[in-house]
Amino acid sequence: MSMAPHSKLDGEAGARLLAKAQWRWYEVLFWLAAISLYFVFGDFIPGIPTKLMLLSEIVSLGLLALSIDLVLGYAGIVTLGQGAFFGLGAYVAGVMAKAGMGVFPLSDPLLGLLAAAAVCGIAGFLTSFLVLRGSDLTRLMVTLGVALILAELANQMRWLTGGADGLQGVTSSPILGQWDFDLWGRTAYLYSLAVLFVCFWLSRRIVHSTFGLSLKAIKGNALRARAIGVPVNARLIAIYALAAAIAGVAGALLAQTTQSASPDMIAFHRSADALLILVFGGAGYLYGGLIGAVLFRVMQDVIGAFTLQYWQFWLGLVLVLLVLFVRGGVIGLLEGWWNRMTRTGDAP
Amino acid sequence: MLTILFDGVAYGMLLFVLAIGLCVTLGLMNFINLAHGAFAMAGGYLTIVMMNRYGVSFYWSLPAAFVFSAILGAVLEHTLYVHLYTKSHLDQVLFSIGLVFMATAIVDYFMGANQQTINLPSSLEGRVDFLGASIGVYRIFTIVLCGLLTIGLQFVLSKTRFGSRLRAAVDDGRVARGMGIDVTKIFALTFAVGSGLAGLGGALSTGIISMDPTFPLKYMIYFLIVISVGGATTITGPFFASLLLGVADVAGKYYMPAVGGFIIYTIMVAVLILRPQGLFTRASR
Amino acid sequence: MSYVLETRGLCKSFGGIVATDNVSFKLPAGARHALIGPNGAGKTTFVNQLTGVLTPTAGQILFEGVDITGWTVRGRATAGIARTFQINQLFADLSPLESVVLAISERENAGAHWFKPLGARDDIVNEACALLDALGIGDVRAARVGALPYGKQRLLEIALALAAKPKLLLLDEPAAGVPESEREQILDVVARLPESVALVLIEHDMHLVFRFAKTISVLVNGALFCEGTADEIARDPRVRQVYLGEEDVGHG
Repeated sequence: MSMAPHSKLDGEAGARLLAKAQWRWYEVLFWLAAISLYFVFGDFIPGIPTKLMLLSEIVSLGLLALSIDLVLGYAGIVTLGQGAFFGLGAYVAGVMAKAGMGVFPLSDPLLGLLAAAAVCGIAGFLTSFLVLRGSDLTRLMVTLGVALILAELANQMRWLTGGADGLQGVTSSPILGQWDFDLWGRTAYLYSLAVLFVCFWLSRRIVHSTFGLSLKAIKGNALRARAIGVPVNARLIAIYALAAAIAGVAGALLAQTTQSASPDMIAFHRSADALLILVFGGAGYLYGGLIGAVLFRVMQDVIGAFTLQYWQFWLGLVLVLLVLFVRGGVIGLLEGWWNRMTRTGDAP
Repeated sequence: MLTILFDGVAYGMLLFVLAIGLCVTLGLMNFINLAHGAFAMAGGYLTIVMMNRYGVSFYWSLPAAFVFSAILGAVLEHTLYVHLYTKSHLDQVLFSIGLVFMATAIVDYFMGANQQTINLPSSLEGRVDFLGASIGVYRIFTIVLCGLLTIGLQFVLSKTRFGSRLRAAVDDGRVARGMGIDVTKIFALTFAVGSGLAGLGGALSTGIISMDPTFPLKYMIYFLIVISVGGATTITGPFFASLLLGVADVAGKYYMPAVGGFIIYTIMVAVLILRPQGLFTRASR
Repeated sequence: MSYVLETRGLCKSFGGIVATDNVSFKLPAGARHALIGPNGAGKTTFVNQLTGVLTPTAGQILFEGVDITGWTVRGRATAGIARTFQINQLFADLSPLESVVLAISERENAGAHWFKPLGARDDIVNEACALLDALGIGDVRAARVGALPYGKQRLLEIALALAAKPKLLLLDEPAAGVPESEREQILDVVARLPESVALVLIEHDMHLVFRFAKTISVLVNGALFCEGTADEIARDPRVRQVYLGEEDVGHG
């Protein structure tokens, strides 16, 4: 069972660490499946209705959940306010595109994403100081408070945000001057998926780096992390600001693909839903938020089809059962199942 | 002016009765129960059903609301909450938000989504002149009742054996356990009484603010502000915090309706920033 | 003689309780020193002030002649003060190798690298493996720390402290709670620590103290009671009395 403790194996030790960062076959499968949805639901096959707008929304939700995963699943910061950055990003992109009248440069979708990322990154940086210290409860309430203030601001600044009605007619210019957003949402889905992949790839590099390891260490034991020289606060500020920027990109995506921005995008339930999606899918795997977003929206559609009003009940029940009985969400379940399978397979 | 102050005080005292159970359970078990408002809603709707459907007197509905919510609290504590004390704060938050969602949907199913109120008994209606200001009789009733409850709570906490055990357990649960105090039992009892008080507060609320299924979510933030400003180790802290919040909220909505919503959130964040060590962790030694 | 660590009139009180009472203390480079004293003498409080977990009420702490009294935990760690904790403070969800790689990376200012995957730096991985091997826990380097036996966790505590290449190592009861069968391995590691590291052993167990320490300070009620070589302390009747007195209380 145990390996011989010899220096000969040092090369192998490094390789084992590196191997953790390598792409697995099931990851490739996941992304191929995401692309194939484009062909299945893109109104190419007669008889299958187009679902690409819904899928684009799922992508945006998944990206929001991914940003929470970086903060919560890896760095251990409990937040109920990630929706604030999502909404902020949506409004930044929305206001920009509207002001640009559908013409480059202001209405350019990619520039809109960058602007949303920059504004939210700065907002995240500024508010990160509020979550550095204090217990989980303080963090929850500070993030919630910041989110509520931002939502109220969006509601009040009618001249900029359109108040309770939101911004309508947010028209973006064609992506890279080439691809226009179409009625079926084909461009929207591929565009969203591409943005998601870029953000995911970046996050994946980060969590598998030394920086990512130091986040896990801080989550595990901040006292010990400090004692071995980890600059705990600097690391937390960095990841919080980065996650805020990613949440902003997610919001900007939704604003661009739905061509609107509304107070609904910055409301409390957005933060709660995204947190739930992440926990449901499994925090600390990166894929949890993505899988959670798919299941969440599919469940919402299926249950909502016959009891739209009482969807909340089932959502609540799922949450309660999840907390009481399941560790690590859907991915945690799959992992446990996989481990049991392979262990029995290995046994002589 | 005086009317607003009076309304604010009545509202604040109501908030105190609604929130005090949450403060004590938080201080006692370091457990965050975001579903606390659901117990208040249970009491509120029980009052509405009893009065509007069965014609029960308002005065009988109040104790009934207390008992009903207390029993509900005790049952849920014993069956569900008890598994949560050792879990992380995130789990506690998710769990109690799940309960809020379920409570909201259940009430929506049985009672409908519209806002509901009660017809106050004639003895509590009308207004009286007080120092030149016109004050609702029901406001006075609320203030007197909540005031008596506060004095009663303070008496129980400071003068009885149960109170001293409770205070010891809040102060340092481990030491209290070491001294042979049954913290678990104290907690169960406190949870039930706290839920009952919330139910009573909910019943009283039906005369001032209407009930609808989103009540627990709407008031969650108010409870959290009471705790963050007042702390969770005494009852005087939350009491004054509730009064402050009540007056600030009523006055804010009256004088500056446009920014009314900001005021309370800003107070909360400001307080949390000024006490960055965390309000729930007592300053170490 | 050059001193690696010096405290001048160090005081710490919590409310009305004086936990550290005017301690002036000097530690030469490469020392093998033990800090002993009965329960509640303020040993851990003293160490917590040296590492920056607690801020002294009054007095100064000098490290290699520089006043570090106001420095953060991390600042001191980077400067060369490392410690082990009386109760294990480890990263339960990481592996020993990951833990040590992180500690070395932070020392090498590579902790903030966010693009290169973990394990890309051969020199760091090799050093980590060598360190784990030297401490006899190379065989479990890929296991989950939280699942390791207690003795191995204690050794990892020491490994994490050594990864910073400290000039001063504070060992807070390194063998406390370790089963007899795993104890010898830890004592052996302590005995083989490099000469360049000044060692302060905070201990209760007199056998351990007299086995490693060349000099000893006795702390009683937060104040320095006496100092001397191991032999002097062993023969000092007052020290005996402090400990015998404690034993009386213990049995009474």
